[in-house]
Amino acid sequence: MRVPLSWLREYAALGSDVAAGEVARRLTAAGLEVETVEAVGQDISGVVVGLVTAIEELSGFRKPVRYCQVDDGSGTPRGVICGAANFSVGDRVPLALPGAVLPGGFEITARKTYGHVSDGMICSARELAIGDDHTGILVLAPDAQLGADFVEYAGLADHVLDIAVTPDRGYALSIRGVARELATAYGVPYRDPAEQDLPADVAAESADVWQARIEDASACDRFVLREVRGIDPAAPTPLRMRIRLARAGMRSVSLAVDVTNYLMLELGQPLHAFDGSALAGPVVVRRARAGERLETLDHVVRDLDPDDILITDSSGPLSLAGTMGGVTSEVSETSTHLVIEAAHFSARGTARMSRRHRLSSEASYRFERGVDRELPLRASARAASMLAALGGGTIVPGCSHAQAEVPTVTITMAVDYPDRVAGRVYGQATVARRLREVGCAVVEPDLGAAEAGEAGGSGTEAAPGPGERATGRFARHEHGRHNRGKLRFTVTPPSWRPDLVNPSDLAEEVIRLEGYENIPVRSPRAAAGQGLTSRQRLRRTIGRSLAESGYVEVLSQPFVSAADIDRLGAPEGDPRRRAVRVANPLSEDEPLLRTTLLPGLLRVLARNIGRGSADVGLYEIGPVFRLRSSGPGVAPILRVDRGPAVAEITELNGALPDQPLRVAAVLAGEREQSGWWGEGRAAGWQDAIQAARDVLAISRAPSRITEGTPAPWHPGRCAALFVTVDGDEVLAGHAGELHPRVVSEFKVPARTCAMELDLSAILAAASLAGPEQAPRISAYPVATLDVALVVAESVAAADVEAALIDGARAADGAAGLLEQVRLFDVYVGEQVGAGRKSLAYTLRLRADDRTLTTEETEAVRDAAVAEATRRVGAVLRGAA
Amino acid sequence: MSAPNKQYDPVEVAALSAEAVAAARDEALAAIAAARSLDDLKAVRVAHAGDRSALALANAEIGALPPQARAEAGKRVGAARRDVAQALSQRQEVLESERDRRVLEEERVDVTLPWDRAPRGAEHPVTMTSQRLTDVFVAMGYEVAEGPEVEAEWYNFDALNFPPDHPAREMQDTFFVAGPEASARSGIVLRTHTSPVQIRAMLTRPLPLYVVSPGKCFRSDALDATHSPVFHQIECLAVDEGLTMADLRGAINAFVEAMFGEGLRTRLRPDFFPFTEPSADVSMECHVCRGASTRPGGAPCRVCRSQGWIEIAGCGMVNPKVLVACGIDPDRYSGFAFGLGIERSLMIRHGVTDIRDTLEGDVRFSRAFGMEI
Ligand SMILES: [Zn+2]
Repeated sequence: MRVPLSWLREYAALGSDVAAGEVARRLTAAGLEVETVEAVGQDISGVVVGLVTAIEELSGFRKPVRYCQVDDGSGTPRGVICGAANFSVGDRVPLALPGAVLPGGFEITARKTYGHVSDGMICSARELAIGDDHTGILVLAPDAQLGADFVEYAGLADHVLDIAVTPDRGYALSIRGVARELATAYGVPYRDPAEQDLPADVAAESADVWQARIEDASACDRFVLREVRGIDPAAPTPLRMRIRLARAGMRSVSLAVDVTNYLMLELGQPLHAFDGSALAGPVVVRRARAGERLETLDHVVRDLDPDDILITDSSGPLSLAGTMGGVTSEVSETSTHLVIEAAHFSARGTARMSRRHRLSSEASYRFERGVDRELPLRASARAASMLAALGGGTIVPGCSHAQAEVPTVTITMAVDYPDRVAGRVYGQATVARRLREVGCAVVEPDLGAAEAGEAGGSGTEAAPGPGERATGRFARHEHGRHNRGKLRFTVTPPSWRPDLVNPSDLAEEVIRLEGYENIPVRSPRAAAGQGLTSRQRLRRTIGRSLAESGYVEVLSQPFVSAADIDRLGAPEGDPRRRAVRVANPLSEDEPLLRTTLLPGLLRVLARNIGRGSADVGLYEIGPVFRLRSSGPGVAPILRVDRGPAVAEITELNGALPDQPLRVAAVLAGEREQSGWWGEGRAAGWQDAIQAARDVLAISRAPSRITEGTPAPWHPGRCAALFVTVDGDEVLAGHAGELHPRVVSEFKVPARTCAMELDLSAILAAASLAGPEQAPRISAYPVATLDVALVVAESVAAADVEAALIDGARAADGAAGLLEQVRLFDVYVGEQVGAGRKSLAYTLRLRADDRTLTTEETEAVRDAAVAEATRRVGAVLRGAA
Repeated sequence: MSAPNKQYDPVEVAALSAEAVAAARDEALAAIAAARSLDDLKAVRVAHAGDRSALALANAEIGALPPQARAEAGKRVGAARRDVAQALSQRQEVLESERDRRVLEEERVDVTLPWDRAPRGAEHPVTMTSQRLTDVFVAMGYEVAEGPEVEAEWYNFDALNFPPDHPAREMQDTFFVAGPEASARSGIVLRTHTSPVQIRAMLTRPLPLYVVSPGKCFRSDALDATHSPVFHQIECLAVDEGLTMADLRGAINAFVEAMFGEGLRTRLRPDFFPFTEPSADVSMECHVCRGASTRPGGAPCRVCRSQGWIEIAGCGMVNPKVLVACGIDPDRYSGFAFGLGIERSLMIRHGVTDIRDTLEGDVRFSRAFGMEI
């Protein structure tokens, strides 16, 4: 909201020495955040009110040009060249004399042009920075004093405050509301603009005024019409009003529109003017009917929704209530008969309508945030009197007034409630004074009330009444029950503060006006926290470990397209196709949420390579999103006037998609870089699989690795990893080299490798593992035995190793002797025959109570080999 | 060749003369001193201390001397041989240490050569900042609460006192999740803030309650230098008996000092959030200029744009309506909450000027922060 300071001063009796910056600071401290303070009209000098005494039309130029004689008050006219034609002899105009400075530091000099010396310049509104209009010069009122300094005459020197009004403070979307805060902040008298220039009986109704009716009280609880006849449609808007409108960011349109806008800015009451000659029959506020349409002022023909609130007459819809007028009843340059509407529409109703039609206006913006219900009678009266005075019209006395009953709100609040919120004592007198400054009627407790207070709690009492406001928002809250016997205020909030409903709303008013800087500071009491959970710690450790082994963490965007899943080669019915859809995505190309981390990582990988970082390992830890097998859920909206039941929470959570946590990595280029030491080593499937194994090892979850084949992996270079949760083995994920087709689809280098694991499953498996039990460290000598086993090439090394371990452990008396099995060589070649490979292992054996004998160690070895022979057909190399 | 009981041999008796022994010793000492290498010394040892050396031969002759002469000759030859042996061992030591020094000198390398064979990894600065902020709260006794990123509207809005159709709700630029039918609302959103975790914590944890919740949030803002559809917040929530704004200020001060520096002042100004009342925005004294940029003659400050204060967080007392929606008795309990943007914190503390840098995953960006922030 842009607010000229001069306008505020009209209603808040601020000392003339108070600087604009200080005003901004005080308003911000009171909760009206002033974002900018702009000095306006301060950089203009040398402009005076001039009188046009003669006009000579020059011909022979490409455009019409006038050579005018303008009196600057000295009595001696100056010759001035002017390109505009919207003025005549006898008009008063702003005249910039040679040496004058216009906004932006633009200096005026006498210069020769169009064959004459132009001894100054006649100014347009835009040249004076008081409006957009540059089609013609600014013609001043006939009573403008000749030779007067224009800046002084127009009151140009001012400051404009731009205030970011929070959505709870609708009243501050007006000069009236801001001036009240300013007066309170400075402790100076305040004059309510809504109480100025009113007729003796503002509520007097008259059958002579165009009749109005409310059909749906939930849409509108007050509707007022007034009529002015015989207006001169060409009557100009006074200069000062135009300047204020411009400074507030509004365009001057016509007197009727300008007056309604001016009063909306000043009072906060949106007003609408109809062309009375276009109306037929009584005006009715109602909901739209099926099939109705309305062309609004922005020339959009809108299909109306039965929830839309309309102003109608017997011809049908006239306007969208509190949002935008329709073209049929629009005030035009020929309108002489005006019907002025001022109403109090439902905040929710206007909000819904504005959203539905994607149509936000100054009016709807205010109605959504709450408008004073007592304004329509007053604002319409002022509009009528201003239009009559400025447009030469006649007011039809009285008004047409329809209204619905609304409950009055009173709040009872323990006297010390603000103290208990703020943590300091304000005292009853201060609290009462502050609430009155806000506009509340406050009934202070007397001592006798202390006992009476024993019986009841405090809270909001809302009389039952029609309309939505009686429900929900007026939920009764008890405060201070455990302070029975305490004194209580009975507070009636002012009509302009529909946001004040609960004791906490009142406490906030008191505390902000007393100043947040005066709230004491109390050192934190230590809470009895248990630190991070083991899952939270493990998640951190896994991330850190990946970073330490050379991977760079990425936080990629979760938005993907169906094509991304296609590129992975996921078959029909694959769970990765059960994606959650965003109803309003930023990009229609990416309406889905990721079901796997890989597309996002591959995109970032390609970006990095494109930017010249060729050797890159990336990882990401984050959730993926998958629809449950039942499809998209619908989450109920629960009540908020009490805590939800367990069943309600279960239903709510059950509607959400699955969101398992994943960890994934991708890598390309060199895993070990080339350098002065020689060639590097390209990243390979081994690195990706090792990264996955490292994650599992850190988690200490029991795990198993085997060959895997699904998309998007290279069918011969993919490992499937499993963890055991509660005795069940579940798939933890895959790792290896990506399928060449996937590599080319995502435009990443050949042989790009990756891994992706279900971290939720791993964390669950890990949480079941107890604390690691320490190994016994034996000081007896180690016995090492090497065995080379020949197996079919298709046999997995992991299976051979598992057989050796199990065999060794099962050997008689060997429990605990096997310290380590380590593969140290893999050989494929003619020595072992086609289709076979040799795997060479070192077994390290050790007892913790003796030195092992050769017989003992060989027995263990033989048992291990025998198990490998049994399970995978291993043959001792050289023994065949 | 010689034997103890060999007969006296007058021909060789001359070798035992004191002069001859001294000469042999001096010759040996000179040769030892002249040895330039361990190999030289080895040859000298053979020549002057070996079995065929003059002194060894002289020693062998002692047995052939008349008994009365043996003692003196033995003493003389023995002394000479000890001198030679000692000189040899000293020279050996010197030459060995010279050799060692030379070998080590030859093995010298350029220790400044790089050995960065493995590329460096890094955690994301947002992750590290989030963990650091989290740890400050954890140190104050808070526990970490988590919640889903795809969240029910009720948690994200209704329970937090965002009434349906209220402008505050519309200001959040929400991503909505599609329902079973295209037109129907699902009641599910991408959470617009971490505050729904407050609701989850209040519904599931025993009171009193001190939790901190870091996490990813979403708003349908187009991406530019200062707006991102995906960003991170962290917020804390305390619900206990007798909590006041004074406790809130205390917690904020403790947090700001831990994160940005000792003695930094904070300032609260009224603001509006539906789920807190009263609500405030939190500014802290600029940690770089500490307000100096606002004083006459002070150097301009890029970090606070010479305002002296930096807005860092929003906060307030938990709105009693929120407690009610969570089944908590607002007469017995009160609470406070405050939250801040992690990217914003990164911008303030580390001079990040374009939020897109935190999203694009360029390894140059993350690597620059290393492993600790
Ligand atoms: Zn600074």
